[in-house]
Amino acid sequence: MIRFAQVSKRYESGHDALKNVSFHLDKQEMVFLIGRSGAGKSTLLKLITRVESATRGQLIVNERNITRLTRRQVPYLRREIGVVFQDHKLLHDRTVFDNVALPLVVAGVGHRETSRRVRAALDKVDLLGKERLYPIMLSGGEQQRVGIARAVVNRPPILLADEPTGNLDPELSDEIMDIFHQFYQFGVTVLIATHEHRHIDRLNKRVLELEQGRLVRGGDEQAEP
Amino acid sequence: MSYFVRHAQVLLSSLGQLARAPGSTLMTVCAIGITLALPTLLYLLVENVENVSRNWQGRAQVSVFLKLDATTQQAQNLERELAQRAEVESSQLITAQQALEEFRAQSGFGVALDILSDNPLPASILLHLNSDYNQPSAIEGLIAEINSRPEVDLAQWDMAWIKRLHVILKLVERSVALLAVLLVLAVVIIISNTIRLAIMNRRDEIEIMKLIGATERFIRRPFLYGGVLQGLLGALCAGAIVSVCVRLLRDPIAELVMLYHGDFTTSGIDLRAFAALLVAGAALGWLAARAAVGRYLSKIEPK
Ligand SMILES: Nc1ncnc2c1ncn2[C@@H]1O[C@H](COP(=O)(O)OP(=O)(O)OP(=O)(O)O)[C@@H](O)[C@H]1O
Ligand SMILES: [Mg+2]
Repeated sequence: MIRFAQVSKRYESGHDALKNVSFHLDKQEMVFLIGRSGAGKSTLLKLITRVESATRGQLIVNERNITRLTRRQVPYLRREIGVVFQDHKLLHDRTVFDNVALPLVVAGVGHRETSRRVRAALDKVDLLGKERLYPIMLSGGEQQRVGIARAVVNRPPILLADEPTGNLDPELSDEIMDIFHQFYQFGVTVLIATHEHRHIDRLNKRVLELEQGRLVRGGDEQAEP
Repeated sequence: MSYFVRHAQVLLSSLGQLARAPGSTLMTVCAIGITLALPTLLYLLVENVENVSRNWQGRAQVSVFLKLDATTQQAQNLERELAQRAEVESSQLITAQQALEEFRAQSGFGVALDILSDNPLPASILLHLNSDYNQPSAIEGLIAEINSRPEVDLAQWDMAWIKRLHVILKLVERSVALLAVLLVLAVVIIISNTIRLAIMNRRDEIEIMKLIGATERFIRRPFLYGGVLQGLLGALCAGAIVSVCVRLLRDPIAELVMLYHGDFTTSGIDLRAFAALLVAGAALGWLAARAAVGRYLSKIEPK
């Protein structure tokens, strides 16, 4: 579903955030991405959604080679990937319903279908009663669940999350991870960057570990070039 | 969902966006209105002055004085010939004898004139020109032609000042056009600046939209509609300003025209001009939004 082949990323500042990274995720797999702060976790996720582009190497996402994409093609790539952010990235002047509906509106889905799918997504994160509220009226955990509902509302085959439980207490954190686990069980490929090793032990999933831009665990065997 | 429904939705939400900040929308619309009203008013001014001068020219006269030694027969022939020309609506021959009698009656020099053995006054022909031939150049041509005839001493156009007016009008017209270009530029700057601010204000939203797969076209659309709407509202405002101004000026102008025995009514902004104003407003709004969007939207990328 996702394949990195000898991918490197050097930022304009000259910093090498990823060095020769190779790994792959199969369909319907749930994988944790760990590493110290600054190891390159966020960078790796940004390459998948084309927020950043790789300096070297090949990237394949959902059977599509995204190493070279034009500006026009990027939105369509992003529609195949649901992303959950640590800071939620919700629109604060729109209701929960409108926030979750956004990916469907953007893709031109009809009104009735949108309404149906938004309700289904909110149901999955247990927020059905709060669709008329504004994000500001919700707790941190609830806001994160709105973010998850928005990420899955158009049923993307891939779900990415960058420290989705960063600001939550352990109980809420477990709750959020369980929601991701459910989507994995529904057949979604899930990749989560996290600091909390607790989840790894609890859910017993494969791990990718980055150390200063190098993949030191879970990668594909590859000869150094 | 159909293309039109989607566009209608964007249009509605753009309207809503403008309505949500009524204060700044009103100020922008008024600024655009005033800026568009100025060239429109000047255009109307030129149009009206042209109408007036056309009216006066309809009554333009050419006086043809024959040489003293021209015979009455020659004068009659010339008058008949000129009367048949397309430029001439009516003509009147005043023979030397008639001129003398008229002078005698009006001046009171009756006895004194009797002393003169010869009639010192020439025969003359008065031509009333057809109002279709109102261009100074056409009239000049006619006069030159008459002047070149041997029996004619002098043909002159009594309204040479209209020619001067025409030159002035041309100058004013060109100045209005120049001013209009500048003011149109001002409208574009006003609108593109408000669109730029709108883009900056919604920076986060634009980033999020891009992250969840919105195309540039989708993100751009409400801003383009916003520009068109502002242009349209500004044009409406300009139309209102112009109407009020014309109404305020109509009576004093009518009085002035009456003093000159003219039959002329100030023409205000007609339906066609109003439609043109609206189209111009919308087009300028679109252009301005296009410029702002092209410059600023693509710079906003998620990080
Ligand atoms: N836009 C950028 N320009 C230059 N350097 C950057 C940029 N973004 C990240 N970096 C650098 O790249 C390295 C990896 O950053 P990244 O955000 O991927 O780390 P991370 O593993 O997500 O860390 P954290 O756990 O703190 O979120 C860091 O050293 C960071 O300073
Ligand atoms: Mg990070």
